[in-house]
Amino acid sequence: MPSWLLRRALVLGAGLAVALTGAANAGEYNLTVDRVTVDTGTFSRSGIGYNGASPGPVLRFKEGEEVTINVTNNLSEPTSIHWHGLILPFDQDGVPGISYDGIAPGDTFTYNFPIVQAGTYWFHSHSGFQEPDGAYGAIVIEPEKREPFRYDREYVVQLTDAHPHSGNRIMRNLKMMPDYYNRQQRTLFDFLKDSREQGFDAALADRAAWGDMRMMPTDVEDLQGFTPLINGRSTEQNWTGLFKPGERVRLRFINSSAMAYFDIRIPGLKMTVVQADGNNVLPVPVDEFRIAVAETYDVIVQPKDNRAYAIFAESMARTASVRGTLATAEGMAAEVPDQRMPPRLTMADMGMAHEGMDHGSMDMGGMSHTMPDGSTMQGMNHGGAGMTGMASGAHKMPDGSTMKGMDHSGHGSMAASDPFYAPGSGLTPTAANGGKFLSYKDLRAQKPLYEHREATREIEMRLTGNMERYIWSINGVKFSDAEPVRLQYGERVRFKFVNETMMTHPMHLHGMWSILDVGKGKWNPIKHVVSVAPGTTVFMETEVDAPGQWAFHCHLSYHADSGMFRKIVVEGGPDGKSAQVPSSKTEG
Amino acid sequence: MRRTLSAMFVLPAILFANAASSEEWFWGIQAEQLEWRSGEGSEAYAWDADAFVGTDELKFVLRSEAEYGTEEDSFETLENQFRLQVPVSNFFDAVVGVRYDSPDNGPYRTYGVLGLKGLAKQWFEVDADLYLSEYPSARFEIEYEGLITNQIIFTPSIELDLPLADDEATGRAAFGPKLEIGGRLSYDLLDRAIAPYVGVHWERTLGESGRLVRDEGEDDDVVSFVVGFRVMF
Repeated sequence: MPSWLLRRALVLGAGLAVALTGAANAGEYNLTVDRVTVDTGTFSRSGIGYNGASPGPVLRFKEGEEVTINVTNNLSEPTSIHWHGLILPFDQDGVPGISYDGIAPGDTFTYNFPIVQAGTYWFHSHSGFQEPDGAYGAIVIEPEKREPFRYDREYVVQLTDAHPHSGNRIMRNLKMMPDYYNRQQRTLFDFLKDSREQGFDAALADRAAWGDMRMMPTDVEDLQGFTPLINGRSTEQNWTGLFKPGERVRLRFINSSAMAYFDIRIPGLKMTVVQADGNNVLPVPVDEFRIAVAETYDVIVQPKDNRAYAIFAESMARTASVRGTLATAEGMAAEVPDQRMPPRLTMADMGMAHEGMDHGSMDMGGMSHTMPDGSTMQGMNHGGAGMTGMASGAHKMPDGSTMKGMDHSGHGSMAASDPFYAPGSGLTPTAANGGKFLSYKDLRAQKPLYEHREATREIEMRLTGNMERYIWSINGVKFSDAEPVRLQYGERVRFKFVNETMMTHPMHLHGMWSILDVGKGKWNPIKHVVSVAPGTTVFMETEVDAPGQWAFHCHLSYHADSGMFRKIVVEGGPDGKSAQVPSSKTEG
Repeated sequence: MRRTLSAMFVLPAILFANAASSEEWFWGIQAEQLEWRSGEGSEAYAWDADAFVGTDELKFVLRSEAEYGTEEDSFETLENQFRLQVPVSNFFDAVVGVRYDSPDNGPYRTYGVLGLKGLAKQWFEVDADLYLSEYPSARFEIEYEGLITNQIIFTPSIELDLPLADDEATGRAAFGPKLEIGGRLSYDLLDRAIAPYVGVHWERTLGESGRLVRDEGEDDDVVSFVVGFRVMF
């Protein structure tokens, strides 16, 4: 029996044990945190897992259930488990220094909270770099009521970016040399190639422009050299989900990576997105979608042929990919598609969108760029470039001028327009088959959780960083130097994220929902991670309905650790509901 | 002099007290040069290495630069520096420290160090130091990593050491600079941890210093073939 099969059997066994201990309305679950071996086929290293394996078991809860989860720490260091996306009392949220003290070696901590939602979520350690080292698992919550879509079977498809180096080593290397893991940098040969194609002067001017900023157009993934896994298995180890032709299969995609975004497609199948971050959305048929770190998307596919289909996930920078398989029998494997060319950042991603663009012929006056709702852009002629709803605010011109009279028509890169990328961004995704690529703007809440109302105040959070020092921050201040953000119970806060860096940041608020402003008012989707592309401004609103103190951070592990992190304190609350926040000084 | 030195230790002490205790600590070892040099009639082992420990706000750096002549069986140069680095801009750190030279044939020299270290535009790595003592000098180093491929890297470097006062015992005369120009072609063999290289290293002593060197019966113009490896851990 191959070792991975044996391991899978163990995982199933552990999952079964977990399932058996759970009763209908008051389930008890047991998790152990263990040293495990992560074996990707290309490398094998010591890591951290749950119930003896990484990924850990799939925890299956029922909406309305009161869960008790006993977590035993078998490590020689403290640990913690955060229930990612779950709405629960803050002292159950599992962030050391904010929710509680963590779980000491040898100790068992018992979590106890009601399940008040349904959908696909996940759990992971919130201590050090245990999550990148393998400490993650999936959560599936069965809803109380019938779901608005139908499927015959379901699979969790949990992605990660397993790296041969430990998290601590990676952090240290990044601090020593921020491009330590960037092995896609432009070389002499790229220069010669560009010289041939664009001319020597243009190629040199381009190098000079980037060199002037001391930034790299290849800096799409800080961390390369990982092996992506689907449910713990690499392309060669080929995770396989079985189906019968004609069945509707629900795939619960979870991106548990430390750093890697993935573009996911199943060649030959249309995917219908029915859920994002655990909340149902109006179904969107797509050919491909991008999953930010820590997001989840549920899609339904209906494979009709008696054959193998590849579930293909390419990292955003195209440095790595993984293939899993949907098949009618074990042992079948679909062809592995080729990886596409790596994207390059453009000056648009640097917040210098329009340098050198033709500002000639078209009046785009009134583009004041606070228009996630697209309203001010109605009636404008964009030359068919499909720029309606330009949520992005990357329109600070280097010379301070406005964008009146810009010509966006016929600009090549505008063909792949998505308001959640800077116009002209090199990161705007396109589907491999030329079809539909999911955008945030396509997401609409199937059933809004809250009554729609005006936000009571706006909080601006500039996403900032110093790439060369590998310090990441919010409003220029890193976590260790920052005061907590104070919110009042009962407010509706509008967060304005202005990404001033050239990296993409998946911002994650604990404990309360993030209502992403896609310009659809009450139908705006309800999420727990909001990805903010470079050079863009994105808004989200939060109904402050959870007393206590919470974490808020970029979910890229090494960005969070190096400072893009805040403590959020929710003050006040109705009698009996206001939280007993420990008065002692806390530091997370 | 003594006052200058004590001030150099008080300043970082203040800075260190302000660095929050929650700051994460990092460490690393980097040897840009660790090599065998073979030139006209002389052979030597040489290194230029830093070891650091610190936070985003303050780094403690030990720097060692040496040339060990195999014929003489002795350190021709041996510089030891203890440096404190604090950020002063996005790309540059200010440096204060002490430098202690202890070549086998003497004389020993102690300097206070004031400097700037960082990344200039167009990816030039710059080290500019002022060495303060009764024999002050200035040093300017610049290095560039030219990527031929992502693993094969050509690193040209220039180092200019400029004595600001006569120090005949060390073969240096005021404003008679020593110029070192190198070109090293490396291959990242093991990650970035070990990168073997080959290259050339040219040392030229100019002006009055050149005369002092020649008077000692040494060459003021030496081209060496070098082979070694870069280390980063």
